[in-house]
Amino acid sequence: MSHPENATEFLKDQAKAKWHDETLWFVRDKRDRISKTIPEWEQLRDLASQIKDNVLVNLASYLEDFERNALQNGIKIHWAADAEEHNQHVLRILQEKNCKAIVKSKSILTEECHLNPYLEKEGIEVVDTDLGERIVQFLNQPPSHIVLPAIHLKKGEISDLFHEKLQTEKGNDDPYYLTQAARIHLREKFLGAKVAITGVNFGIAETGEFVVCTNEGNADMGVHLADVHIACMGIEKILPRRKDLGVFLRLLARSATGQPITNYNSHFRSPSPGKEIHIVLVDNGRTAQLAREKFKNSLKCIRCGACMNTCPIYRRSGGFSYGSTVPGPIGSILSPGLDMKKHSTLPFASTLCGSCSDVCPVKINIHEQLYEWRQEITKTHGEFGKGLSMKLANGIFKSPLAYKISGNLMRAALRALPDSMIYHPLNTWGKSRNLPETPTETFQQWYQKNRP
Amino acid sequence: MSSREKILAAIRGVSSESKSLPEIPDFRLSGDLEEVFRQSILGNKGEMLSKAEFKKWIPCMNFQKVISLSAHFRTTGNLTLPEDPHELEDLGLAILDGQFGVAENGAIWLEDTNLGLRALPFITEHLVIVLDRSKLVETMHQGYDLVGNAHSGFGLFIAGPSKTADIEQSLVIGAHGAKSLRVVLV
Amino acid sequence: MENFKPNVALFIPCYVDQFYPKVGIATLELLEKLGCKVSFPAGQTCCGQPLANAGYERDTIGTTRHFVAIFKNFDYVVAPSGSCVLHVKEHSPRVPSLEKEQKELHDKVFELTEFITDILKVERLEGRFQHRVGYHASCHGQRGLRLASSSELNQIPFNKARKLLGNLEGLDWVELDRTDECCGFGGTFAVTEEALSIRMGRDRLEDHLQHQVEIITGGDMSCIMHLEGIATREGQKIKFMHIAEILNQAIT
Ligand code: SF4
Repeated sequence: MSHPENATEFLKDQAKAKWHDETLWFVRDKRDRISKTIPEWEQLRDLASQIKDNVLVNLASYLEDFERNALQNGIKIHWAADAEEHNQHVLRILQEKNCKAIVKSKSILTEECHLNPYLEKEGIEVVDTDLGERIVQFLNQPPSHIVLPAIHLKKGEISDLFHEKLQTEKGNDDPYYLTQAARIHLREKFLGAKVAITGVNFGIAETGEFVVCTNEGNADMGVHLADVHIACMGIEKILPRRKDLGVFLRLLARSATGQPITNYNSHFRSPSPGKEIHIVLVDNGRTAQLAREKFKNSLKCIRCGACMNTCPIYRRSGGFSYGSTVPGPIGSILSPGLDMKKHSTLPFASTLCGSCSDVCPVKINIHEQLYEWRQEITKTHGEFGKGLSMKLANGIFKSPLAYKISGNLMRAALRALPDSMIYHPLNTWGKSRNLPETPTETFQQWYQKNRP
Repeated sequence: MSSREKILAAIRGVSSESKSLPEIPDFRLSGDLEEVFRQSILGNKGEMLSKAEFKKWIPCMNFQKVISLSAHFRTTGNLTLPEDPHELEDLGLAILDGQFGVAENGAIWLEDTNLGLRALPFITEHLVIVLDRSKLVETMHQGYDLVGNAHSGFGLFIAGPSKTADIEQSLVIGAHGAKSLRVVLV
Repeated sequence: MENFKPNVALFIPCYVDQFYPKVGIATLELLEKLGCKVSFPAGQTCCGQPLANAGYERDTIGTTRHFVAIFKNFDYVVAPSGSCVLHVKEHSPRVPSLEKEQKELHDKVFELTEFITDILKVERLEGRFQHRVGYHASCHGQRGLRLASSSELNQIPFNKARKLLGNLEGLDWVELDRTDECCGFGGTFAVTEEALSIRMGRDRLEDHLQHQVEIITGGDMSCIMHLEGIATREGQKIKFMHIAEILNQAIT
């Protein structure tokens, strides 16, 4: 399904859509307010952006530094060219440890690699331990937001779910009560797991350490009780220096949820005696994106989710409408690089309002990249005609602006597209909107008459 | 070619002009450090206690199992560190010394030497961190200056109790880790 | 300002020409009142924005060449549209053999309110406009051309339109809940993502209605066309005017 179709579906439940918009607006507003309490906020964004620019230029040598230092610290490093290899590495480690059940804290990368189904096929129980992730896992859904995985659900739905899965009281939808039920349920999993998987927020080249940030403490609960810690890390997560963390930790939580810092910020440098830490370094399309000059700086993303919270489209269409692991504005510039055909409607799911670029803590020019992806996608239009939904293709040429006015341009476009995409019986503009009344004369005519 | 070589070669194959690494200015903070720190901890849903308040609070709680690694409260604990953190499953309270606190956000730095077992501040039901009030710094930049390149296998900033807002964005304290954080300034 | 009589070319966006000639007229008269020598070069066409935003920038080279040829000899080019100005400056494709002219032209093209505040350096306008006015900041003007501070950034608040409207006697400037959220027009987005576009437009309208706004104004007729289209379909009494119309009417 294309983004417009999914969005239309989402908007059918008007009350819920409004709630979704307002809830995320509240998060955005919190972020706006806290960012204004830091006088050097814009300077921090500049610094973060410059540091990440430097990382992208020197990525190869930073990765080598990181690897060398981590090895010296007694950490084991595995490289994965793609999702498949990443999953194989993880599976192999689990098999070596004879491990049949693992706990996993939030990691968008493992979502991207579809690690859960891969391991489950091999008979391994995977338990996502972030509360929101556990909720969506129970529902067999992916997260709908990279920071707030269950933001699409109302507490009533979660109450019903927990009643079924955790035998909570029917109808009790008190968030505290439900959270305690999950706490008890997950405690048992934490205590039983021999291997724990986490994502990585930052990897530091000069020390070989990596940092994981959570509010729940679930990443730490998992890894410190387990014998083996596997950290899955995209190769772009590198920072050069330890002190760079000062900049990034000041930006991350404030941008993400409007709080000054996450409550737990763990720096892993070497394993506890008798335990093991493994890092899986994953490419999976990142080097390809790095090679795309116009899109490479999408790799600066620190996954704070602020662009989703601020996006007027995301707030009103929900994370699932994007059909990609990372939804929202940043997802719409990352996903076409992974599969342009499948994600061809995403760069069009935007008004190019630019709010995402202004909110982004690492100053990615998200909306400009959306514009650039449009230019790329239309080039392959013949090939991907189906991917770029009919509705979208039609719409582009049913706008009163493009259609009625730009005669010359229209002719150019007509040559570019097959007829079936241009002639469409619906006048989409007029479905819920009036057209302006047509005046008796145009400005040009008035001017010729009045200012001869 | 191994994946490692393939990835590194692919990165090196991308030509780009060099971009220098910026120096990070020493951003500071205005205001009374201790007061800013206090507000930050409260904002993170932690609590601030004086030494006297702490001494009054402890007996009220009737903890069965307490571990104290704090130099300031050596005798408050009634349990020594086990070897296996799983044995801490029903630990009521852990008392730890923090190395320094960051005023702007309430983050307190602890390392392996302060933790005993890395699982300790997470698995305990309640957590108390004791902090020398002369060890407060303004922002994270000064925080990392203090951390420097000291080598600890594990270090972390703790800024509050375990919390979540994953159900309808309602804040709930006590997700998986400690249900409360109290900071005692000495 | 006495000795400064710039030679200004009006750049009237195609949809303004077709649907809102009164906005073109107001822009022309306003600039004349402010001491400019204004002309409207014949043969203007659409600047190419709809096609470029739809992903066909490469097909707008001819249009852009035409644009450069028509406007290159003026001191300034002024348009009552932030969106079209942004397109010309940032998204019109480079025209081979006209690069120099094109670059110079980009520095001379202005949106109406920024032209008045930044080039004509008007500090305050004297006039009367006795209405409760809600301002719709078009995104391309606001975040694209930086005609106003953006709520996401930590910067000193400013708003060029407000600077001009704020002094008018009787004008009641309304503070909205969401000062700079997109209205959902977005060019072709209005049609390709119809459901979202309408939802966004309704939400913007509601913000104005809840604050008892009488007249919604803004610097981009395209956003206003969209909002007005929804409001009239739903029988709302709220009125719409381009900022040029208000200013021109107020300072008679
Ligand atoms: S693109 Fe920027 S705003 Fe969006 S998630 Fe990444 S870092 Fe955050």
